[in-house]
Amino acid sequence: MTDYPTFEHDVIVIGAGGAGLRAAIEASGAGVSVGLICKSLLGKAHTVMAEGGMAAAMGHNDDRDNWKVHFSDTMRGGQYVNNWRMAELHAKEAPDRVRELESWGAVFDRTKDGRINQRNFGGHRYPRLAHVGDRTGLELIRTLQDHGIHQGIEVYMEVTVLSLLKDGDRVIGCLAYEREHGRFRIYKAKAVILATGGIGRAYKITSNSWEGTGDGHALAYDAGAELIDMEFIQFHPTGMVWPPSVRGILVTEGVRGEGGILRNSEGKRFMFDDIPDNYKDQTSDTEEEGWRYVTGDKNARRPPELLTRDHVARCIMREVKAGRGSPHGGVYLDIAWIKEKIKDAPEHIKKKLPSMYHQFKQLANLDITTTPMEVGPTTHYVMGGIRVNADTQESTVPGLFAAGECAAGINGANRLGGNSLSDLIVFGKRAGEHAAIFAKENGHGTLDNAAIEQAAKAALEPFERDGGENPYTIQHDLQEMMQANVGIVRQHDEMVEALNGLDALKSRAARTFVPGNIDFNPGWHTALDLHNLLVVSEAIARAAIERKESRGGHFREDFPGKDPEFAKFNYSLKKSEGGGMEISKIPIPEMPDYLKEVIEEMG
Amino acid sequence: MKKATFSIRRGGRETAEMVDYQTEISEGMVVLDAVHQIQAESAPDLACRWNCKAGKCGSCSAEINGMPKLMCMTRLDTIPLDQPVTIEPIRAFPPIKDLIADVSWNYEVKKRIKKFKPRAPDAEDGTWRMSQEDVDRVQEFRKCIECFLCQDVCHVLRDHNKHEEFIGPRFLVYAAALEMHPLDTEDRTGDLKDMHGIGYCNITKCCTKVCPEHITITDNAIIPLKERVVDEYYDPLKRLVRLFRKK
Ligand SMILES: Cc1cc2nc3c(=O)[nH]c(=O)nc-3n(C[C@H](O)[C@H](O)[C@H](O)COP(=O)(O)OP(=O)(O)OC[C@H]3O[C@@H](n4cnc5c(N)ncnc54)[C@H](O)[C@@H]3O)c2cc1C
Ligand code: SF4
Ligand code: SF4
Ligand code: FES
Repeated sequence: MTDYPTFEHDVIVIGAGGAGLRAAIEASGAGVSVGLICKSLLGKAHTVMAEGGMAAAMGHNDDRDNWKVHFSDTMRGGQYVNNWRMAELHAKEAPDRVRELESWGAVFDRTKDGRINQRNFGGHRYPRLAHVGDRTGLELIRTLQDHGIHQGIEVYMEVTVLSLLKDGDRVIGCLAYEREHGRFRIYKAKAVILATGGIGRAYKITSNSWEGTGDGHALAYDAGAELIDMEFIQFHPTGMVWPPSVRGILVTEGVRGEGGILRNSEGKRFMFDDIPDNYKDQTSDTEEEGWRYVTGDKNARRPPELLTRDHVARCIMREVKAGRGSPHGGVYLDIAWIKEKIKDAPEHIKKKLPSMYHQFKQLANLDITTTPMEVGPTTHYVMGGIRVNADTQESTVPGLFAAGECAAGINGANRLGGNSLSDLIVFGKRAGEHAAIFAKENGHGTLDNAAIEQAAKAALEPFERDGGENPYTIQHDLQEMMQANVGIVRQHDEMVEALNGLDALKSRAARTFVPGNIDFNPGWHTALDLHNLLVVSEAIARAAIERKESRGGHFREDFPGKDPEFAKFNYSLKKSEGGGMEISKIPIPEMPDYLKEVIEEMG
Repeated sequence: MKKATFSIRRGGRETAEMVDYQTEISEGMVVLDAVHQIQAESAPDLACRWNCKAGKCGSCSAEINGMPKLMCMTRLDTIPLDQPVTIEPIRAFPPIKDLIADVSWNYEVKKRIKKFKPRAPDAEDGTWRMSQEDVDRVQEFRKCIECFLCQDVCHVLRDHNKHEEFIGPRFLVYAAALEMHPLDTEDRTGDLKDMHGIGYCNITKCCTKVCPEHITITDNAIIPLKERVVDEYYDPLKRLVRLFRKK
């Protein structure tokens, strides 16, 4: 066979966002050799874009907060189809993981008494998000990066993993290519951790970067692992809608946490119109009470703008559909109004939301301290992903672990804002720890040269054709279709149509043509990404068709209500023997009594 | 619709040429949108880096009409479109392909700067107390998105190629963030003087002018560091103290 350069490590981590970096730090701390692979430069992963904060029940701003409240908030937000064990571990361990970041040099905003400051966010009962202005993700990734580079981790930047390599049932490495010269490489490992992030690029309007093509989801699926909860996609209620070129770029929930309100074209605060029953006693019924809440009054209840994201996104859709939207098809998000309440409002806004201020000023020519923003829903986060063991983060395939956005379970049907960054560090650490243990207990596997040759050959096909489809066009058509047919509001027939559409796109993807050579060729990369996007899109559509109810991020026009029957299981997708996608139900195990008590206690 | 012409560097490490592409312009477009459109329409193999499209990741640095900028934050309505807009990679580092420069040197430099070393936790809960006023200064530096535009314009790197001796403004900001961190106990002044070449900076402030994060690199980071070096090494009393300390 061709001699591809081969790199050997005990543990290979694929992905250098918050989850991958945290996993790599943990594994190398455990004394095994670690290789960290990422598609972009180090420090540029999606995590860098996170704005609002990371949730951890430290109770600095309200001492009534503790892990039990965080746990029950997460379960309620996820509509009780979460993996309760993950939700428990997350709520219990997040505070320590955040403090650990501080000991590694992170500089969070402070409370008056000098502790880490915590802010309000949707669905969190108390102020819970440790943050740095509206650039918390940058602080997280930079802290981990700067800590990690002194740990002896070998970092492979601008290298894209194409497939996982197996020896029998077990994952033993991966085939990748380095982008500069387009050359293939083999990474041998005793354990592999996937930390590849999200799938937003399957949709037209998204807050995700080009990296969010669901690679880890597809790599795991192709290697025989199960994907669960794929029907649950989070559409963030507030993305930019104007100008067209920035459509989808995120406007942090922190704007609402700081007192921003939503209005329709009639100037009405429409979020007061529809407050779900299970949030009624936690939600304020007057504007005055809502304002008191965001300014820290412990006896006030939160304003309806801070209800969970799925709900706020649907309310916005409703207003737009009813003709009460803004000129460019969104609604108004107003933070400027707080000048009625506080002195120096413009300065306060710039201090609390500096990057939002700049983003609108530079990209939309709009001053958020004087003028309301136009916002609308954007595809933001995937709750679904690789099914893992809650404690070890091992997937259903031996030797393969997953953490962060590409793993599933903690969020159930809807993720609370701020729960992702904390998820990354809690479960990134666990994945690193357990992958290291696995690596110590197992040797290297034997490479299957034929499989490697086949994968490499397939990857090069787009260059060998004499003309064919433009990969960018296929990607674009896929995004349009998913947006239209498997978007925020879903319906049986449209989704079935999407499945047929995906079949057609699959055959087109098999005929892509890329001009130029293999050196740093984004067209080639786009062609290779198509397979991943097609796998996740199919998984989303298949699970969404089966879930004949509405829950969290999954809303069915034809089944608008919640059905308790569907609260009993998660949908799992797996590659069948014949190569097709198989869907099955996995019963949700019963919650132990001590957690049931917590849920009851918290109301 | 209106069209505009973009003259883009095409080529690898060794040879390159400027190639003109035409594409349609719509309201609110930024330079990165134009590059993406060109990729999708006529040059699928045109290489460029980007991630966030919102000025947060520092991937898309380039020289637009010779000015170092983030492509994703440069609106087309702020540059003249009656003549071709030139787009080239940043020049202080070797080109790899098209708009991509080899910035790996920066990652190596960072490793040479001594890492954060906090004092022992001194609050009862096993952590620390820091007031907002104490961290404001450091938070300014930590806004850095590592776009390396400041490195690109610094004449010490760009014109004099002192990559061996001088770490450049980005890493002086990084060192300042560590040095001024309220918890840090490490001393980096010696390194700044000897290994990191802070003396090469002659305070032209070109770096501050291009920083998309508006970090006052020179006044807030470099000058105070220079003062520390002077205090430590050129203050006669301190010199004496150091002499004794060494023994
Ligand atoms: C604008 C925005 C704001 C957000 N704000 C918040 C917030 O305030 N709070 C919060 O909790 N969450 C927030 N989120 C969500 C959160 O940022 C993400 O869910 C989280 O950062 C994902 O981290 P990760 O480590 O799982 O993956 P990512 O950070 O997405 O990193 C993925 C890594 O995998 C690599 N990779 C992918 N595929 C491959 C491959 N084939 N080969 C090699 N490498 C590969 C990539 O290069 C990258 O390094 C926000 C998201 C966005 C988009
Ligand atoms: S001020 Fe110093 S670091 Fe900045 S550009 Fe000038 S010489 Fe370089
Ligand atoms: S200091 Fe400013 S210009 Fe320099 S790398 Fe950081 S963000 Fe870019
Ligand atoms: S793409 Fe992130 S800064 Fe331009």
